[in-house]
Amino acid sequence: MKFSLGKWLLPIYVVIAFIFLITPIAQVIIYSFNDSRRNNSIWGGWTFDKWTGVCDQQGICEAFGTSVLVGIVATIVATVLGTLLAIALGRYRFRGRGTTSLLLFLPMATPEVVLGAGLAAQFLAVSVSKGFWTIVIVHALFCLSFVVVTVKARVASLDPSLEEAGRDLYGSGPAVFFRVTLPLLTPGIVAAALLSFALSFDDFIITKFNAGQVTTFPLWIYTKKSPPAEANVIASAIFILAIVAVILTQVITAARRKRLGMSS
Amino acid sequence: MAFAAFGGGAAAATAEPAPLRRGWIAIGLLAPGLAYLLLFFLAPLVSLVVTSLQVAPEGAAKGEYVPGFEWANYANAIASYWPHILRSFGYAITATLFALIIGYPIAYFIGVTARKWPLIQALSLTLVIAPFFISFLLRTLAWKQILGDNSWIAQTLHGLGWLPADQNIVGTPFSVIFGLTYNFIPFMVLPIYASLERLDRRYLEAGSDLYASPATTFWKVTLPLSMPGVVSGTLLTFIPAAGDYINASPIYLGSIQTAMVGNVIDRTFLESQEYPIAAALSVLLMGIILIIVSIYVRRSGTEDLL
Repeated sequence: MKFSLGKWLLPIYVVIAFIFLITPIAQVIIYSFNDSRRNNSIWGGWTFDKWTGVCDQQGICEAFGTSVLVGIVATIVATVLGTLLAIALGRYRFRGRGTTSLLLFLPMATPEVVLGAGLAAQFLAVSVSKGFWTIVIVHALFCLSFVVVTVKARVASLDPSLEEAGRDLYGSGPAVFFRVTLPLLTPGIVAAALLSFALSFDDFIITKFNAGQVTTFPLWIYTKKSPPAEANVIASAIFILAIVAVILTQVITAARRKRLGMSS
Repeated sequence: MAFAAFGGGAAAATAEPAPLRRGWIAIGLLAPGLAYLLLFFLAPLVSLVVTSLQVAPEGAAKGEYVPGFEWANYANAIASYWPHILRSFGYAITATLFALIIGYPIAYFIGVTARKWPLIQALSLTLVIAPFFISFLLRTLAWKQILGDNSWIAQTLHGLGWLPADQNIVGTPFSVIFGLTYNFIPFMVLPIYASLERLDRRYLEAGSDLYASPATTFWKVTLPLSMPGVVSGTLLTFIPAAGDYINASPIYLGSIQTAMVGNVIDRTFLESQEYPIAAALSVLLMGIILIIVSIYVRRSGTEDLL
């Protein structure tokens, strides 16, 4: 076989691009093993101490816990509301459907700083003191549109004849919904929930405007101008968990496709 | 599956929904979500406009304002901060272009070239979304360290004389645009990938059968067919980049000279509590983005994406 440069140009380019994408991630993970005293930007040799004693760092585990809790509550709110909206938009034709779609698109077209300042101005106007629940409210808001987009794609690909079959077999409306529609939508709903949690967990800008005295993990990092290695430990642990989850999902999907004899 | 979220409306626009059968079901499904959006999205936008017109009464304390119709707030905001507004859009547009140049070949590789190897395809997609899973702030700080004054990159460039001795990489418009490009590349790659993945290879074969060069086939067939992905990718990159202020902040990749409008909104709202100015800037930012987006979407002929 003849070696042609043209054929290899794209793969080589892509490999370089991937190195570019991975570089700062590798940096964060490597520096989670840094034996640093005060400044984690100076390399001081390898250590596992930061991994075993993460919570020794004042406030970091509380901030992490807050972020997890906010993420879970906001994800539940956004996923429930978003799934209902997605079913309505994907299944029914009604007056104002276009306006509803536009209204759902708008939060995604709004920069975070505007969403954050808007809600902060609103909370100020009605004298709500900022804290845990205001963070949950804003997080659920920006996750909502992403949930709708994700679940709507799944609703659109759903075969209506399956629900008809359910009704033909004398399934009541709720029975068909819970035994047919919902199970078929589950992969989309799970993906939407994971996306919501990831967006919520890492959000900084909107949170900063609406957090009051509460500190989430990103806010904690921000208050330290030079974050200690323990911050890298938490970020690295989450990264590894997420990557494992993504790979597992892909393996399971591939295996299921193979079993069902579907071509990719 | 999560990738579908970035495919934009294109993925969903497959089938027309069945006509409404029972009105109350649709209303029941819609009501909670719409109420939420009304309360926590539309009302805050109205609050923002109301706040942007407030006035400080005579002898008011810091952060104390009363309702009014002070249109001069907008004039003041523009007069004081027009360089920040221009900078925001300049940086965001440049970063979007870079992300497109870097991201399109990646998306093409994953969506078209790697089709024969599902394993490579899956692995590449995982690599593209990998930055999402590491803290935004920490990965930006990592770049600050990698490009910093003591880094081997800066040292090498100084040594080669390509970078003047008194010139840093971090804290310049370059490093801010670099950070914006890096941080939003996944938003660019995923929608383009989603539209290229559905591209029928036979179209490309038809192009070469008709004696078109690979370049002509690309410009006349591949690129037009991937336009919906390019439009959603550029929007998903441009909008957050224009409002971002982490990359431009002096603690991260910027300096005072690179402050974007987001930095000003943050400072005037949360620190100096000049709420009307912060609100006026937010309204301006949102307004300019909506104008740019609607012109762009109309010109690229992909209105039905929204």
